[in-house]
Amino acid sequence: MKQLWLTAKLDIVESLRARWFQIYTLVFGGIVALLFLFGLTESRVLGFIGLSRLLVTYIQLTMAILPIFVLITTVRSVAGDREAGVFEYLLSLPVSLSAWFWGKIVGRYIVVFLPVFLAMLAAVGWASIQNIEIPWEMFTYYTALLAVMAMCFLGIGMLISAVARTTDMAQGAAFLVWLTFLLFLDLILLGVMIQGKVAPEFAVTLALANPLQVFRTAALALFDPQLIVLGPSAYVILDLFGTEGYKLFALVYPATLGILSASVGYFLFRRGDLP
Amino acid sequence: MIHFKNVVKNFRKARVLDGINLDIQIGERVALIGSNGAGKTTLIRCLLGEYTHDGEVTIDQLDPRSNRTKVLGNIGFVPQLPPPLKMPVGQLINFSASLCGTDPQRIHEIAKRLGLDIDAILARQFVRLSGGMKQKLLIAIALGRNAKVLVMDEPAANLDPEARKIFFDLLAERQHEVTMIISSHRLDEVSSLVNRVIEMDLGKVVLDDRVADDVSLSGLLACRIVVKRIEPAFAKAISAWKFTELDGGLAWEGKIASADRLRFHGMVARYIALISDISLNEEAN
Repeated sequence: MKQLWLTAKLDIVESLRARWFQIYTLVFGGIVALLFLFGLTESRVLGFIGLSRLLVTYIQLTMAILPIFVLITTVRSVAGDREAGVFEYLLSLPVSLSAWFWGKIVGRYIVVFLPVFLAMLAAVGWASIQNIEIPWEMFTYYTALLAVMAMCFLGIGMLISAVARTTDMAQGAAFLVWLTFLLFLDLILLGVMIQGKVAPEFAVTLALANPLQVFRTAALALFDPQLIVLGPSAYVILDLFGTEGYKLFALVYPATLGILSASVGYFLFRRGDLP
Repeated sequence: MIHFKNVVKNFRKARVLDGINLDIQIGERVALIGSNGAGKTTLIRCLLGEYTHDGEVTIDQLDPRSNRTKVLGNIGFVPQLPPPLKMPVGQLINFSASLCGTDPQRIHEIAKRLGLDIDAILARQFVRLSGGMKQKLLIAIALGRNAKVLVMDEPAANLDPEARKIFFDLLAERQHEVTMIISSHRLDEVSSLVNRVIEMDLGKVVLDDRVADDVSLSGLLACRIVVKRIEPAFAKAISAWKFTELDGGLAWEGKIASADRLRFHGMVARYIALISDISLNEEAN
């Protein structure tokens, strides 16, 4: 456990000094600042006003940015470290492979999740100063959603890093994974269904297997519990899970996917050449 | 102590190690030489448990891959190219010391002996140090613990003559209790440090020879050089070896580490037409 924490701490310090982390923090901090600046708390859309409106917008933007950011930065730094000889040196020290791999994940998870969460926390802090009502239930669920989103894409990123031998290959693979998830968002699925090429059940299954779509639907479910904007697929989803059930699924499934991907990554990492 | 039995390593279709059989005992100082692509780095990585391979590699009967922490706890490693770590020097020292179960102060002391102002650079990023400083620090980390095996890839390449002298002293202090494997693509860089030479070519051991162990690692040679005329390029080169100028630059005196004599001769050979007299005398320890 000591080795794991030492590795995690090492990764945190390395990340804090990396350019990507500064940009990453600036992006999410900037989003919240801009949303306040543009008076989003004052606007009313779909009956939402105040902080809940801001949180809805924030989570939508985060869903667009976080996955690709986490995927690319993870594979770049892990595969890049391997190419630059960092693995050769640090793995010549007496650290177990499990402590090294999982320590890296823990450290990276902290630096990936913390800026996103702190930006949201800052919004809540500002709202309480301004006497804007805080939707605690929404805040808690969105925090959990962000936590599993980071976990899911970090796990996938670590799997790609374990498989790809070069930074270029890892980046290409990460981009391809993200693009595939993006292509199978509901609009494309609906298009495919309209053409009648696949059974609706199959399209819904694809939607449920796509973590990006799961996050989107879960975020929608908070302000649209009947999932009216989703169209007919909402019936299947609500029939299968119910609103609360789906909210739970949206947390459990991506977290499992992330942990499973990381575990496969660890298995491949310890089986192959390290540097 | 270190045992390689029919070690084979392939990268896709290329065979990089082709049936390596070696036994290295405690106290041996081995020069691992060979041209680029000979398989030296791959062999070292197999020894460190970083590469999978066919055959068997053991250190004290333990496989470094499956007994990582136990085996690597006894190996000090200095890579040829320092890793581009962004962490501060202090954290790198604490991280290594904590993993190796040693006191960071031991690393500090060795770094200071090598001429590194460690207190001034503790907060500086490792990647921002000069090549020589990085090398000194990595040597200090490798030597600042109770390692039974030292694996060093061109360890003295970036060191100035004074630091090399101290480095040889540090090795001399531990030469009877540790096994050293020093990799280089040139024998003259490491010949005076070792008592065994293993040459590799195309993944095979092509030479395995014991060499006379006459050169003391900690010995010194008093040197005096007289030149025919004042030559700024020579003056600059000899000043780097901390020689003292006499007769207005026509004579130079200084001391060199005994183990560094070949490198020194290499430098002197460049100005051979300029030199009218040279003497080298071993100093009593």
